[in-house]
Amino acid sequence: MIEVHDIHKHFGGFHAVDGATLQIAEGSITGLIGPNGAGKTTLFNVIAGVLKPTSGRVTMAGEDITGLPPHELFSKGLLRTFQIAHEFTSMSVRENLMMVPGGQTGEALWNTWFGRKRIADEERALAAKADEVLEFLTIDHLTHERAGNLSGGQKKLLELGRTMMVDARIVFLDEVGAGVNRTLLNTIGDAIIRLNKERGYTFCVIEHDMDFIGRLCDPVICMAEGKVLAEGTLEEIKANEQVIEAYLGTGLKNKAKTGT
Amino acid sequence: MDYLNALAAIANYILVPGMAYGAQLALGALGVTLVYGILRFSNFAHGDTMAFGTMFVILITWAMQRVGINAGPLPTALLALPFGIALTGLVLLGTDRVVYRFYRKARVKPVVFVMVSLGVMFIMNGLTRFIIGPGDQRFGDGERFIISARTFKELTGLREGIAIKTSQGITVITAVIVVALLFWFLNKTRTGKSMRAFSDNEDLALLSGINPERVVLYTWLIVAGLATIAGTLYGLDKSFKPFTYFQLLLPIFASAIVGGLGSPLGAIAGGFVIAFSEVTVTYAFKKVGNYVLPESLAPDSLVQLMSTDYKFAVSFSILIIVLLFKPTGLFKGQSV
Repeated sequence: MIEVHDIHKHFGGFHAVDGATLQIAEGSITGLIGPNGAGKTTLFNVIAGVLKPTSGRVTMAGEDITGLPPHELFSKGLLRTFQIAHEFTSMSVRENLMMVPGGQTGEALWNTWFGRKRIADEERALAAKADEVLEFLTIDHLTHERAGNLSGGQKKLLELGRTMMVDARIVFLDEVGAGVNRTLLNTIGDAIIRLNKERGYTFCVIEHDMDFIGRLCDPVICMAEGKVLAEGTLEEIKANEQVIEAYLGTGLKNKAKTGT
Repeated sequence: MDYLNALAAIANYILVPGMAYGAQLALGALGVTLVYGILRFSNFAHGDTMAFGTMFVILITWAMQRVGINAGPLPTALLALPFGIALTGLVLLGTDRVVYRFYRKARVKPVVFVMVSLGVMFIMNGLTRFIIGPGDQRFGDGERFIISARTFKELTGLREGIAIKTSQGITVITAVIVVALLFWFLNKTRTGKSMRAFSDNEDLALLSGINPERVVLYTWLIVAGLATIAGTLYGLDKSFKPFTYFQLLLPIFASAIVGGLGSPLGAIAGGFVIAFSEVTVTYAFKKVGNYVLPESLAPDSLVQLMSTDYKFAVSFSILIIVLLFKPTGLFKGQSV
């Protein structure tokens, strides 16, 4: 589905992503783990078109999508959420969702004045869809709330809801679980699994909560210092020595032993 | 009777001109605030965009007057306005294509944008003077007054008259219509919502499939409309002189900042706050004093707090006071 080929992203002398190569299989829920500063979010930003890579290629279903602007990737079905939930603060939850599908009739200035009926029909359909999504995510009681007033966890659900407004092919979730309580996290997990099973979404999830990763993800990819360290099931990853080293930093001792 | 005379004097010299000036500033500040909110930079070229747009309107008005087209009691300039807006829109889109887009692609810092707009300002400034000349231009025609001071005096028997110029009436009415349209557009239409979304959270807007180039295009078109309308109304009310428009930039920015940059409602409120303070502080209250106070206390001097030469100082004093106590402006705008 997505192939990342030798991506480098340098900020001045700092190599945030330093030659990462990985594949995300169609229909999978791939987990992306790694210690803080491993370059996971930067890699997401490169894939999602927010940052241009210093070098390397990203392909989606064989098509080169390196450096395409976010709204074009969106129209190809590549969506992402943010580590810190983003929302249009001054709009209601429903309006937030209704913003999503691009290329709506009402977006053309001409139609604003002369295509009123078509816009009205379209908006009614969108509102219905938004309500459906909110029900799915169990936050339908917040439909008319200002999005800025939601709690952190509810904002995360809203982010997930945004990806459901269109037929996404692949969704990148950046720490959906951060700052979310257990119950809500389970709700989010259920939603992800259902979307994966029922609608065939492919997911790539950055997460630090290993229980969450273990429940959802197969395979799991571990990154450290801008490179991919290992890939496999969570059990395999947990047993991998390099991974343990990256997380716990026992590097010094080993280095002395092996002389590298 | 004396109190009524005093009220009439205040209405004539403060209320009516303040309303008209406030509406003009509000329209100007709306343009500045939209560019700030959506394109994220302070557009120093806005004053000269107003001059440029007004120049188009004047040239078209003159052409219309020559062939004998007029709007009866209303100024011909109103007929020329739509054409002027269209031409200004083209100029702004051209500027965006040639100048701003390059910097947007390079994702430069806002301060670079501001400097770029300063360059655009000087070019527009020069072009305007080159095409229409640096002097005063008159282009108002039609009926001068809705109600003249003499008619008012005859009607009421007061010694003070209230004169309402046609241009002032048109200014206020046009401003109300334009603002109503703008708010409807921003709040009710999908395009307007995209613009608000873009202003609220650019990253998210991009990742929601909103085409940024489209948002930018509409923003410039709306700004062209607002600038041309504001400039034309100001020119009809006072007179058209390129340098005056360059100077207008100061109170316009003061209005936008006092109201809260990025907040359309704030721009309007700010416009009136600045206009009324300028007019009030620079008005000579001698006449009012003469009516209201007993003879022994009647003022000898002009009772003018400040000479009109200092009117810009007024805008900036208010600006500083508001920013000291409410850094994001009266209506919570974006902070830089």
